[in-house]
Amino acid sequence: MYSQKVMDHFTNPRNVGEIENASGVGTVGNAKCGDIMRMYLDIDDNGVIRDVKFKTFGCGAAVATSSMATELVKGKTIQEALKVTNKAVMEALDGLPPVKVHCSLLAEEAIHAALWDYAEKKGIKIEGLDKPKSDIHEDEEQEED
Amino acid sequence: MEKKIYLDNAATTKTRPEVVEAMLPYFTELYGNPSSIYEFSAQVKRGIDEARAKVAKVIGAESSEIFFTGGGTEADNWALKAVAEVYASKGNHIITSKIEHHAILHTCEYLEKNGVEVTYIDVDENGIIKLDQLERAIRPTTILISVMFANNEIGTIQPIKEIGAIAKKHDILFHTDAVQAFGQVPIDVNEMNIDMLSASAHKLNGPKGIGCLYIRKGIKLRSFIHGGGQERKRRAGTENVPGIIGFGKAAEIALETMEERARKEIRLRDLLMKRILDEIPFVRVNGDKVRRLPNNVNVSFQFIEGESLLIMLDMNNICASSGSACTSGSLDPSHVLLAIGLPHEIAHGSLRLTVGHENTEEEINFTVDRIKEIVEKLRRMSPLYEDFMKKKQ
Repeated sequence: MYSQKVMDHFTNPRNVGEIENASGVGTVGNAKCGDIMRMYLDIDDNGVIRDVKFKTFGCGAAVATSSMATELVKGKTIQEALKVTNKAVMEALDGLPPVKVHCSLLAEEAIHAALWDYAEKKGIKIEGLDKPKSDIHEDEEQEED
Repeated sequence: MEKKIYLDNAATTKTRPEVVEAMLPYFTELYGNPSSIYEFSAQVKRGIDEARAKVAKVIGAESSEIFFTGGGTEADNWALKAVAEVYASKGNHIITSKIEHHAILHTCEYLEKNGVEVTYIDVDENGIIKLDQLERAIRPTTILISVMFANNEIGTIQPIKEIGAIAKKHDILFHTDAVQAFGQVPIDVNEMNIDMLSASAHKLNGPKGIGCLYIRKGIKLRSFIHGGGQERKRRAGTENVPGIIGFGKAAEIALETMEERARKEIRLRDLLMKRILDEIPFVRVNGDKVRRLPNNVNVSFQFIEGESLLIMLDMNNICASSGSACTSGSLDPSHVLLAIGLPHEIAHGSLRLTVGHENTEEEINFTVDRIKEIVEKLRRMSPLYEDFMKKKQ
């Protein structure tokens, strides 16, 4: 059902973990639907993503898209990271089954949510970044929509 | 372990070699159409009659009350749709449970679009139907109660005799989907007041594509498939002869070995459950601990998602299943797990392991060892687990 690349990223996910005192953290999705992604970004003074980590509760595709998304944004500038769309994540994974496309959307949203958090903490506005819809903060996680 | 470990016997089972052997002559030697007049075909007809008797014996029915179908789903469809149609002048109300197989639930939804009213009775936290609610739901227009014998996901066995008694008291037909229970636990249609019962051969080491509907003598029920005069005109179409022979053989063996198999399966089941509960934290058993099919283990691991677990088990050559949404292609997890009151995120982390008579203790121990590793690995990457541990500190 999954491509070799998806299986590779699922079984050996890149950049799993947390970053202490991260520049930005974004959590998207909800437990009700069975997918939650959390992305940690470490952004330097030049606006370059020095490090990125993730944690995901979800299916194989959810883990693989998170892993691939972290690979795609690592070492990139904020503006470059914004261009990492769900389509880019999917292509990099050699495609996803149709029912799993939402996982790649979640990965894109997780990056945006983490960038939004960074912008809020810094008190800046990132060009081209809107407030992510499904961002959920830690205290709200138990809430069912 | 190189060998495949098959722990999904509620999904389907391996056809027994004795069953295959019994079927084989009916492909190349005894291939005559049982409806034909010559002696060559009469032999085939006798084979079918014998198979019918063997299937009937499993549930204490008469041969003439067994009607072969294309499987359990067809039997369920037939029972519900035909009763709704034939008894329309008496009423249009059906009572069922919230944890039925989709063969029942989706048929009910179809009937609802056609003017039938359906009441879905709740189950308790172990998956046992609420009998008082069931009896209260009965109306003058109630024409059928359909409650499954045992649940396919959580293995809970329903109080069938009690439901049969309620149905009899109110003079309402009682159908049970016994696909998971037939040949696995003792069933007596007379003692339990069952009027109709669905069964499927491939759940008891028989072939796929063959099942039956038991219809108590004297019950009016229209044909489901119209055509020739097969199955006493109630289910037309040339018989699936090898399938019927295989079903008969599988039923015969299932009945003969029921006690011994159940003992073995219960031992493996309990070993599986005990080791999982003892050695993995934040886990719960779903379904009733006592009123349970001998082969069924259903557990939920907190903070992880079932499909991930299944894929990692598959990489270790272990076949299992889950009530996670991701395995069904929908966004909602199993309706059964939600009906017993599990929150969505716990339902997503469920795992069903159903043992068979060929499984060994070694396989069970290997499986638990792998589950432990996988659950730990998935929890390490779970944001839910991270939050939980932080809150605990």
